[in-house]
Amino acid sequence: MRMIIVAGTPGSGKTAVLMHALKSLNERNLKSSVVKVDCLYTDDDKKFAKIGVPTKVGLSMDMCPDHYAIYNTEDMISWAMENESDFLVMETAGLCHRCAPYTVNCLGVCVIDATSGPNTPLKVGPFLSTADVAVITKGDMISQAEREIFRERVLEVNPNCKVIEANGLSGQGCVELAEEMLKSKEVALDEEKLRHSAPLAVCTLCVGETKVNKKYHRGILRRIDGFQKYEGE
Amino acid sequence: MIEEITIIGGYDKQGNKEPVEKVIIKKGEIFGVVGPTGSGKSSLIGDIEQLAQEDTFSKRKILVDNKEPSYEDRTNPRKKMVAQLSQNMNFLADMSVGDFLTLHAKCRGASNKCVNAVVELANTLTGEPIKNEHELTILSGGQSRALMVADVAIISNSPIVLIDEIENAGIRKHDALKALAGHGKIVMVVTHDPVLALMTDKRIVMKNGGMQNVVHTSEKEKQISEKLNKIDELMLNLRDRVRNGEILEEIEHIEI
Ligand SMILES: Nc1nc2c(ncn2[C@@H]2O[C@H](COP(=O)(O)OP(=O)(O)O)[C@@H](O)[C@H]2O)c(=O)[nH]1
Ligand SMILES: [Mg+2]
Ligand SMILES: [Zn+2]
Ligand SMILES: [Zn+2]
Repeated sequence: MRMIIVAGTPGSGKTAVLMHALKSLNERNLKSSVVKVDCLYTDDDKKFAKIGVPTKVGLSMDMCPDHYAIYNTEDMISWAMENESDFLVMETAGLCHRCAPYTVNCLGVCVIDATSGPNTPLKVGPFLSTADVAVITKGDMISQAEREIFRERVLEVNPNCKVIEANGLSGQGCVELAEEMLKSKEVALDEEKLRHSAPLAVCTLCVGETKVNKKYHRGILRRIDGFQKYEGE
Repeated sequence: MIEEITIIGGYDKQGNKEPVEKVIIKKGEIFGVVGPTGSGKSSLIGDIEQLAQEDTFSKRKILVDNKEPSYEDRTNPRKKMVAQLSQNMNFLADMSVGDFLTLHAKCRGASNKCVNAVVELANTLTGEPIKNEHELTILSGGQSRALMVADVAIISNSPIVLIDEIENAGIRKHDALKALAGHGKIVMVVTHDPVLALMTDKRIVMKNGGMQNVVHTSEKEKQISEKLNKIDELMLNLRDRVRNGEILEEIEHIEI
């Protein structure tokens, strides 16, 4: 079985693109199971159900959804195995620009919306720079020039990725994504490791402090001027 | 530079073989694609944009200079052969015209001289002047479209240009298509607009998802096209005058 992890900001077109790609795999008699991880709410499961793909939803609530997804990867793999799927596809919530949930053997797919402006690829961090495939969506709404600039920026951030210009509405480019999914490696749970370590997040806020005043905070604290210190035991 | 592309017919929506088996489009030629909504115009355009190799729903095959394009040619984004232009496209980048074109020229490895050439060409396609220091996002529909056409003609080096319905654009459509074809592009235009459809060399008629027929634009149609172009010019001119606050008293008489 192969594992495909799809990251990208909310509304970038992850679900739309995946629906087309999974349909195309379906036509070749290849089965997929989808896990959608989100924070509070999602209706993506209903969309995937429409194309007959078994779907599970995980809501991380007050936890970082990427951390939550990583911790639950093992269960997701067993569930997809039980479904006798050829692909486990994980659609992340895509909120955090510091985490990148890709593991070494998965196919890491970053979906990025071309209407978000030519500086976006420079801002999004590890979920683009450590991806295998960058799917650029919504090119139908911008000029050829802007598309070409956007594409170059993506390649600047991740020179080795495969760029696919896709349209989530018409499905154009999504067969190419399906091809990449077919070429990916087998998942091996015991050997799976994150490509990019999750960011430090150990402070009083992480464990529930709500007061804003600096004197209440402990742990790794970083000031806006870049000065960082550790406060506490 | 490529010399021609060949579309080898596949199947329509019912799975019947398309009546048109083969279409060859040469450099500098302008081809139209016509047909009612749902007749498969967009999927034909999609097949060309992806350089389909019997791997799309229609099972069409696209040859470039009579050869199958390599996997590299089809998928390396830097080698993209097809540039697209449509009514839905807008400039969203927060930059001035000059900065944007400079950045684009740099991305494509084109010289900086292109920037002024693009603005000059764009200004011949629209009545509202475009300047380097204008912000992209405040350009009107007509200015944006004119700039996109000029940019595709000069900076984007994709040899094939696909144009999807630019009828209401407020630009000199005739000149826009001529500019693209004149820069050695293969131009395909999806349109219902007689001004555009009749200025093409040939047009593919779509029905039921299949290529039904290829019509050569007749001499008569070319003459009609010239006349329609005059009406188009008149409309553009009136549009500019209304925009500038003039009060119109009469319109010039056109011989039809
Ligand atoms: N114009 C356009 N809209 C798109 C494209 N891809 C997705 N969308 C729309 O963008 C919205 C968000 O897409 P969705 O797949 O739900 O995004 P997700 O949150 O990343 O899963 C939907 O309304 C889609 O129809 C595209 O390529 N072009
Ligand atoms: Mg989604
Ligand atoms: Zn995070
Ligand atoms: Zn914290």
